Amino acid sequence: MSRSTIGKPFRAIAVTVVPEAATLTAAGWAEVESAIARALADREPRTRRQVKLFAWLLELAPIARYGRPFSRLDPARRMRVLERVEHSSLLLLRRGMWGLRTLVFLGYYTRPAAAAEIGYRARAGGWSAR
Amino acid sequence: MIEREADVVIIGSGAGGGTVAQALGALSRAGRRVVVLEQGPRFRDDEFTGDEARMARALYHDAGGFLSADGTMTLAFAHAYGGTTVVYTGTSIIAPERVIKRWDVPGLTHADVVRRSATYLAENHAHFLEPGEINDNNRLFADGCATAGYRAESFPVNTRGCRGSSLCNLGCPNAAKQGTNRVQLPRAEKSGVQVVTRAEVLRIEQCAVVVRTSEKAEGDLGAPSEWAPGEYRVSAPIIVVAAGSIGSPSLLLRSPAIADRLPKLGHGFTCHPAHILVAEHEKPITNDVGFPKTYLVDRAEEEGFVLETCMYFPFTTAKNLTGFGAAHSALMRAFPRLQMILVLACDRAIPENRVAIDKAGRPVVHYRFTPEVVESFVKATRAAARIFFAAGARRVHAPEADPPLLERAERARLDERISVRHFALGRVSISAAHLMGGCGMGRRATDSVTDAWGRVHGIPWLRVADASLFPDSLEINPYITVMALADRVADGVLDDAAALFRSAPHEGAVA
Repeated sequence: MSRSTIGKPFRAIAVTVVPEAATLTAAGWAEVESAIARALADREPRTRRQVKLFAWLLELAPIARYGRPFSRLDPARRMRVLERVEHSSLLLLRRGMWGLRTLVFLGYYTRPAAAAEIGYRARAGGWSAR
Repeated sequence: MIEREADVVIIGSGAGGGTVAQALGALSRAGRRVVVLEQGPRFRDDEFTGDEARMARALYHDAGGFLSADGTMTLAFAHAYGGTTVVYTGTSIIAPERVIKRWDVPGLTHADVVRRSATYLAENHAHFLEPGEINDNNRLFADGCATAGYRAESFPVNTRGCRGSSLCNLGCPNAAKQGTNRVQLPRAEKSGVQVVTRAEVLRIEQCAVVVRTSEKAEGDLGAPSEWAPGEYRVSAPIIVVAAGSIGSPSLLLRSPAIADRLPKLGHGFTCHPAHILVAEHEKPITNDVGFPKTYLVDRAEEEGFVLETCMYFPFTTAKNLTGFGAAHSALMRAFPRLQMILVLACDRAIPENRVAIDKAGRPVVHYRFTPEVVESFVKATRAAARIFFAAGARRVHAPEADPPLLERAERARLDERISVRHFALGRVSISAAHLMGGCGMGRRATDSVTDAWGRVHGIPWLRVADASLFPDSLEINPYITVMALADRVADGVLDDAAALFRSAPHEGAVA
């Protein structure tokens, strides 16, 4: 699932969850989104619908408080919105946030470029590759 | 549907199924047809690349993200030639005596478990690592334990020629781990046992299984199935179910004539729910090179938890840290300086925690975190934080703290900062890989699914031989105990084989 399946709010959520995603090139975003698409393709259609619905809930929820959707908030406000959801007293909301952030991490951190950025160096050769 | 005949069908090829397959090689050598049906594919050695996303997708059910019914925990189990032994770390521990006594299964003694475990410790080459093979991530754990007053024990591990890739949980790229894919299954095949991969058993009927073999999709890893794609009905006078603690009970539940006889089917599920703790050191340490799991601290009996060294991959690490945003990213960018500890809570079987199936027959795992398990997590996290700081860490990420980052200056306030009140399901990333129970051993059908030899109550031709036999949590890494129990099941099959070959399919009729 990419923007077309998670929907328009995806990139705004992604750069809030992983701020470095803001520097991704078009090819980098394509990698992130295709990894997420592959992961969600293996899941039930119901799960895919829930992910999309939750992303849109996050997009629209801030309108009541800030008068604009999530994707048009500044980074600090976006962060506050997601933190409130993560600390919600409702398991449903916490679980939704956990699922969405997990998808973003999956898309971002399974890229070889991200592994290199963070200094992850595991290789089949183990000790002999160092 | 294509009809096939066999003398014994074994469902699953992991620690349980692989062990039974090897032992029943004796029947095969005597001219009997023994068939192993494995849902996953057979991988070539060079296909284990360590690519986190690709290997997780190829090896694990739901890429390792199978969710419990309420979505608060992920459960990891593999489908492959060799089952979950392909992705375990190979830590080889004998079941504690107190656990076998607590299980109270008539006919099952600790001495017998020890004797059989010893066979597989030797056969699968369990040994202690040499000091020169131990990386900083593990050494710091041992040092921290010594300073903080915890007793670190070494894990025996079952490797041959380990090169220290640290990629055990994605399948060893160096064929070093001695799982059933390396030891028992090749020996079974040499004896004439047939292993059929990409073979998903849909249900069990009277002395028969209905199995679907699938085509290898383009781009998929692994070899094609040994049988042409299609649906088969394989008749056999003996059927051994070893599909794991989710696979076995759900398969039996999909087989109504069997499920109707077994009121405890799916019950008694435990899983050692776990989460990762991460600490940041001042300087880079060797962590993503070297064998990842060398030491443990066993506080199961006293405090209900076990701490184990561990090292995971970028996405798995990111997922397991609480939170997101700049603080999360900063920790990820400290990867070369990160030390990790896996915290496992020793849960107990309770009526709510069980394996069921949905309308489509897919497994559903119901799991409730008891206050005791949550308390164990908190105690374990405090202990791990003490060990990290004693090892010199500058900060510790603790999911049961809010905010989760604990600075070194806060190390005197761990009991206050790490608290049950911050343990929020859905926020803390909890996962489990020690899946147990669901076809528990016991006395009779009203309290269990099988007897102490894995014989399903009232159905003599049907046996279970995997971790689903555990009537309660094992409180330690399970694979050696699975092999020991599977060895007993195989002995039982060999003892009963002649009678079952004569009498089937009349006794224990289920339909």
